[in-house]
Amino acid sequence: MAHSETVAAPGSNEPGWQGIVTDWSADKQTFQVPWGKAMMWIFLLSDTFIFTCFLTGYMNVRISTPVPWPSPSEVFALTVFGTSVPLLLIGIMTFILITSSGTMALAVNYGYRRDRGRAAALMFITAAFGAIFVGMQAFEWTKLIIEEGIRPWGNPMGASQFGATFFMITGFHGLHVSAGVIYLAIVAMKVLRGDYEKRGYEIVEITGLYWHFVDLVWVFIFAFFYLW
Amino acid sequence: MADATAGGQQHPLKVYFYIWGLLFLLSAFSYATDFLEHGYFRWSLILLFMFLKAGFIVAIFMHMAWERLALIWAILGPPIVLLVLIGLMAVEGDYTELTRLDFFSEPLAPAGHAEAH
Repeated sequence: MAHSETVAAPGSNEPGWQGIVTDWSADKQTFQVPWGKAMMWIFLLSDTFIFTCFLTGYMNVRISTPVPWPSPSEVFALTVFGTSVPLLLIGIMTFILITSSGTMALAVNYGYRRDRGRAAALMFITAAFGAIFVGMQAFEWTKLIIEEGIRPWGNPMGASQFGATFFMITGFHGLHVSAGVIYLAIVAMKVLRGDYEKRGYEIVEITGLYWHFVDLVWVFIFAFFYLW
Repeated sequence: MADATAGGQQHPLKVYFYIWGLLFLLSAFSYATDFLEHGYFRWSLILLFMFLKAGFIVAIFMHMAWERLALIWAILGPPIVLLVLIGLMAVEGDYTELTRLDFFSEPLAPAGHAEAH
């Protein structure tokens, strides 16, 4: 009986390092956030490890090959009105993903305001940007495979590992974007229907976490694969 | 204001618009690095803009800046070990390259040895 009083002890909300000790100690909930949010964060942590392993593998083969690495600036250039613009498509894809991250952040905000019409609309817009991104990626892959002859086992420009790392990393990211589009569409429909009126709109923030993570991974892919 | 909702993650819209604009600007800067020559200056800029973008996304859009320290460390702590993997693989990659250069470049090596003898 005395024990249960300590469990429910109020005022154990200290900030800083003392807060870490009290949060992790003795019979209480560690993460003072909705359960789904803590789980989404832990899933994203595991995803961070997967993507880092891919990027580290890419770093390793790129360092270890004595054959010159194909220049991404030239491989991913597009010819517009007769002039070759480096990384044009990739640049546009980056801006599309940043835009979708912004609309997602607004959706979370309107969700918490219980303005479910706007929240759902912004989520559908986010999903649409995601779909455009995947479409552009499909265009990019087609161009690389058909016009430039890049294969996972070799290519005409240089180090043969280029194709394997490129298709693996961007493919896995594209898969995440595609899954995100479906996830967003489902949650947006449920928001619109009013399924969360009683439970609250944390679900929009949780979906948002996943979406921002997809954008975050792209930041690293853009820096290490396309710009390096 | 912050505690008005169950999630406690309700922030003024202008914060999001400000960060959104900043991310656009940083993306433009990152894209611009592609026009620089390869070298330490370019690589430093790529990393700088990358970490700034990643930081703003995690801190503001993903609300990490407003979470409790217990959650922040549980999520941002473990990836630190990845630095060990990255370090090991960089060293390993250098070693593999040197081994390959030594092993596959026969035409040059014997000539050099012949002169030495």
